[in-house]
Amino acid sequence: MGIILFELALTFYFAAAIVSITELFKDSKITSKIMLFSAGTGFAIHTISIIYRYVTAGHIPITNPHEATSFFAWCIVLIFFLLQLRYKVSLLSSFIMPVVFFMMLASSMLSREIKPLSPDLQSYWLGIHTVLAFLGNAAFALAFGIGCMYLVQEHYVKSKRLGGLFERLPSLQSLDEINYRLITIGFPLLTLAIITGALWAESAWGRFWSWDPRETWSLVTWFIYAIILHARLVAGWRGKRAALLSMIGFLTILIAFFGIKLLRKGLHVFL
Amino acid sequence: MKAFVIGLNHNTADLDVREKFAFNGPKLEQGLMAFREVPEVEEAIILSTCNRVELYANVTDIEKASEAIKIFLSDFHSINRASLDKSIYIYDDINAVRHIFRVASSLDSMVVGEPQILGQMKDSFELALSKKTTGFLLNKLMKKALSVAKRVRTETRIAENAVSISFAAVELAKKIFTDLSTKVFMLLGAGEMAELAARHLIGNGVKEVLVSNRTHERACDLAKEFNGRPVKFDDFIHEMARTDIVICSTGAPHYILAKGQMQKVLKERKQRQVFIIDISVPRNIDPEINDLDNVYLYNVDDLQGVVDSNKFGRQREAAKAEKIVEEELETFQKWLLSLDSVPTIVALREKAEEIKNEELDKLFSKIQGIDEKEREAIEYMATALMNKLMHSPTAALKDSSEDKDTLVAIIRKLYGINGEKLEKK
Repeated sequence: MGIILFELALTFYFAAAIVSITELFKDSKITSKIMLFSAGTGFAIHTISIIYRYVTAGHIPITNPHEATSFFAWCIVLIFFLLQLRYKVSLLSSFIMPVVFFMMLASSMLSREIKPLSPDLQSYWLGIHTVLAFLGNAAFALAFGIGCMYLVQEHYVKSKRLGGLFERLPSLQSLDEINYRLITIGFPLLTLAIITGALWAESAWGRFWSWDPRETWSLVTWFIYAIILHARLVAGWRGKRAALLSMIGFLTILIAFFGIKLLRKGLHVFL
Repeated sequence: MKAFVIGLNHNTADLDVREKFAFNGPKLEQGLMAFREVPEVEEAIILSTCNRVELYANVTDIEKASEAIKIFLSDFHSINRASLDKSIYIYDDINAVRHIFRVASSLDSMVVGEPQILGQMKDSFELALSKKTTGFLLNKLMKKALSVAKRVRTETRIAENAVSISFAAVELAKKIFTDLSTKVFMLLGAGEMAELAARHLIGNGVKEVLVSNRTHERACDLAKEFNGRPVKFDDFIHEMARTDIVICSTGAPHYILAKGQMQKVLKERKQRQVFIIDISVPRNIDPEINDLDNVYLYNVDDLQGVVDSNKFGRQREAAKAEKIVEEELETFQKWLLSLDSVPTIVALREKAEEIKNEELDKLFSKIQGIDEKEREAIEYMATALMNKLMHSPTAALKDSSEDKDTLVAIIRKLYGINGEKLEKK
């Protein structure tokens, strides 16, 4: 049952990704409706599949790479919809849905086995820490997508060749502001995730901080986003620089998330 | 009788030179009357706009006239001859006609297809009519120029060009800023295209309009028109810190905003985006400013490029317009030629011959039974009558050197010969 739900969600996300890519080439109301329908249905089924797994496993299902990647994708779709409710960023789906699909695809290829939870993870901190971290990272993922859109649009305007997506991409100012907004949402979430992580570490292992690679990279990420916010408020860094920095920030997150997992070292091995 | 144009425009003279030559306000009427008084000048029109000052005349001797008009210009505006010779162009005869047609059709404008020039031309012509400084040639020429311009306007899409440029500027502004109604707009300088673009932008709703001009009075006038606030020209950089969109067309011969200055402005406004449109020729804003982050600098050519790639082939439309001008030029040239005495003599004789033959045919069809001899006698008499009648006007046309044009015109009118008929033949 869980497998069927997951595969179904994957299929709908696949449809959403394909349709959103065709949207880049052809502007049509019908395709954007199909996109919203596929992504929405995918998201609903995905939500049910996560709840199902929660019930089956008896704990929050963010305890192995398969679950974590799937939950990360779920958070991105959630923030995508929230953002669309508020700002209606045209073409955002084209930059986000393919990423969501590939994350789900990666997740589908990882082991889905439900193992009993090791004792040091059995804590209410598990839910708080992971949900905060993934929501924060999802906000940064969206900031990354918006940053890409900014760079594309900025390239059109700067080079004075206004072809392609120029007409349909949002204005530079709004992309810049949404990018900033997402970072102001992601940053406190990341901060809280690091703090709750430290508290959890203290209660589980007796130490707040042990410089394992995941922790270190999270700190690097935290500094990058702190710099983005600081530079914007103090020196007025915005536009292209802010977009580039937000993209670099997300790349460090990806390294933290996938790269370190490949090393299979440190205390966060379970993820 | 020859059409004659002397003038200067945005291509041949900087704004400060053009300003010295300008016939503004009461100077226009004074200038026109004085111009008409120049010996050698038989008819006179003055066209004076931001981008051009042109004097149209009907003259007999091109050499003498151009010298006399140059003296008039340098005296009237107290300009030395060297700077005058450097900036002006002269066209005579058919080239003058072509030039006037092209100006009226906005083919010679800084922004091709810009619509205001036609109205300005009409105004100059009307002033000349009311002051009675024009006559036979310029009246016909100006009317034709206006109709050529109308033809160009309706038969080509050239007029869309200027509108498209304003439109492109607004579209770009909308892709840089989220909401134009929160933005401060500054118009720097004036000029037809700048005002057109400014009007378009303001029509889309901006928060505040600032107007700055080297002539502060002009800034005040424009500010009143746009419901804005005039800014002293020396203060404009200061105001840039809170200005989001700038349209610049001051006509200064150098950059009025350098990269370093812009960097300071950006720092002051915390790097908030700025959109600058430089319509000036030569450029007024250092093009390197576009390399700075969060500044988007477009000049007319850039906007033109945007329009060309998006909408329609301006060059194709301009070529179409040029073709119309050439066509009309040909008909006008035929008309001009017809004013010459030789074709008039030919036309006169043809007309007489025609009448003679008509009357003879009528007569011969009525009376019958006359022999060949009698018939020849009647024909001879008719021809002699015609020749005698034609003799003096023909002779007058042949040897008249003075007032030939008037004479040709009078004879054409008396005998009912008009140019159009001639053309058809």
